[in-house]
Amino acid sequence: MSEPAGARLLDAHLVVERGDFRLDLPLTINPGEVVALLGPNGAGKTTALRALAGLLPLSAGHLTLAGREWDHPDRRVWIPTERRPIGVVFQDYLLFPHLTALDNVAFGPRRHGLGRQQARQRAADWLTRMGLAAHARRKPRQLSGGQAQRVALARALAVEPALLLLDEPLAALDAGTRLDTRAQLHRHLAAHTGATLLVTHDPLDALVLADRLVIIEDGHVVQEGDAATITARPRTDYVARLVGLNLYRGRAAGQRVRLSADFGLTTGDRHDGEVFVAFPPSAVALHPRQPDGSPRNTWPATIAGVQRHGDNLRIQLNGPIEVAADVTPAAAAQLRLVPGQRVWAAVKAAETRAYPAG
Amino acid sequence: MALLLPAGLGLLFLVLPLVGLLARAPWSTLPQRLTEPAVLAALRLSVQSATLATVLCLALGVPLAWLLARVQFPGRRLVRALVTVPLVLPPVVGGVALLLVFGRRGLVGSWLDATFGITLPFTTTAVVLAEAFVAMPFLIIAVEGALRGADTRYEEAAATLGAGRWTTFTHVTLPLVAPGVAAGAVLCWARALGEFGATITFAGNYPGRTQTMPVAVYLALETDLEAAIVLSLILLTVSVVILASLRDRWISG
Repeated sequence: MSEPAGARLLDAHLVVERGDFRLDLPLTINPGEVVALLGPNGAGKTTALRALAGLLPLSAGHLTLAGREWDHPDRRVWIPTERRPIGVVFQDYLLFPHLTALDNVAFGPRRHGLGRQQARQRAADWLTRMGLAAHARRKPRQLSGGQAQRVALARALAVEPALLLLDEPLAALDAGTRLDTRAQLHRHLAAHTGATLLVTHDPLDALVLADRLVIIEDGHVVQEGDAATITARPRTDYVARLVGLNLYRGRAAGQRVRLSADFGLTTGDRHDGEVFVAFPPSAVALHPRQPDGSPRNTWPATIAGVQRHGDNLRIQLNGPIEVAADVTPAAAAQLRLVPGQRVWAAVKAAETRAYPAG
Repeated sequence: MALLLPAGLGLLFLVLPLVGLLARAPWSTLPQRLTEPAVLAALRLSVQSATLATVLCLALGVPLAWLLARVQFPGRRLVRALVTVPLVLPPVVGGVALLLVFGRRGLVGSWLDATFGITLPFTTTAVVLAEAFVAMPFLIIAVEGALRGADTRYEEAAATLGAGRWTTFTHVTLPLVAPGVAAGAVLCWARALGEFGATITFAGNYPGRTQTMPVAVYLALETDLEAAIVLSLILLTVSVVILASLRDRWISG
């Protein structure tokens, strides 16, 4: 929020009330910036995107792009969707099934006042940039998932939108295609000079594609910042799960953090007052008996569940705190890790991180 | 077994009259019969008026179906009920109603007569109006169903690309529901072609001008049974062809 107001392309406070649900999201995006709106299902991500696109009116707040008001209920300002300079990539693309890839991409430029030939020329250029020149004459149903995704992106970008909105753009793709398409999407987003909002529930998409992350839960912002800050210092259980950390809240006195009446951890950082403590599952070691000697946090725990996690096993532990631990298959074999089994968990103080919760 | 017997009887009851029609058809004289000027005139008039009625139904019915499917307004249920009235109304009552409104002394008819000197009853235009009145609900119901089944998010996508309501309707919505519109139009045309009660009441039976096939069948029945059979055969053939063309859409479920 330190940038001058003039640098912001999008300046919005999106308030949408629908029944019991209330979205209350302040949002600014600078030119060329890609912001990821990340959150669990039902958090209000799609509602925010629809409000920006004008497919849903604001209940309160305001929405301004490049100094022009699009939606301001208090002042009765409303610009309808078709007059907003936006491009939207929908989750399942919504390519018009009766039009070829070329005509899908030409549809926007044509509506924006270009002649038929010019619109088709621009569409052809975009398809070429997407590596799809050979598929221009195909109907959407003849395209693969990755190709359809790129046509959808070309269609959204062909109107040269001031605001590009992407709704789970990679969610419909299989893992292999997704990797490829994500890299291409990254290139195109970097070239886009307007503002970009990427709505996703996939933390990897957000971390790779976005300059800044805004995380919402239940309609409200719970955390905002660049990828490094958010992955290092999650502030809610949802964010911690996204970035794969164990997260606890407690009261710190120096290196000692009290998490409950009868349980505490020693951490590597010194603080006083309310703090979060975070450590990765790989920092948790499991032992059949209480380990001794080293300056470790140790506690007895019960195995609640075992899942595959990449090459390792992820063990869910009950006990004084609920913890996820990653162990190698070799270690797991020695420990006889089955649900109900009692073990000792250990975490080095140096592998934990504490930061103020205020 | 208790159900098979009445089921078989039901099938027989439906099929037997058609078989009777085929059995009594004057096959040997059929070619001459079909080319008789009176038959050809009735056939031409029927096809022309049914086609014009279908065009009228498309022009008015598709927007009405769109209104019913896409726009929330008070009294929508009432409008939908009103639209379907001609489906259950005896066609002859429809003919009387048309006569009362478009007749020379009717609500609209007297104005048309006074202002433009136009009289509708007992003209080919009256045939078209009578057929459209009876057939339009078929089109509206088919198109509204297609519109309701179509994914409205395509229309949202069109709006994000800068398309207004009209462009979205013509460039996205209509192509998406084209199969439904086509099926509705065919059904509408078939209903218009077979229309009898409203036509004979509102348009009469002037050969070459208002005497359509069904009217001709009815009149031929009293004077020339074979002619009536021939005309019936033509209508039966048209019905079967339409049924076959709509097979996938309406029969298989």
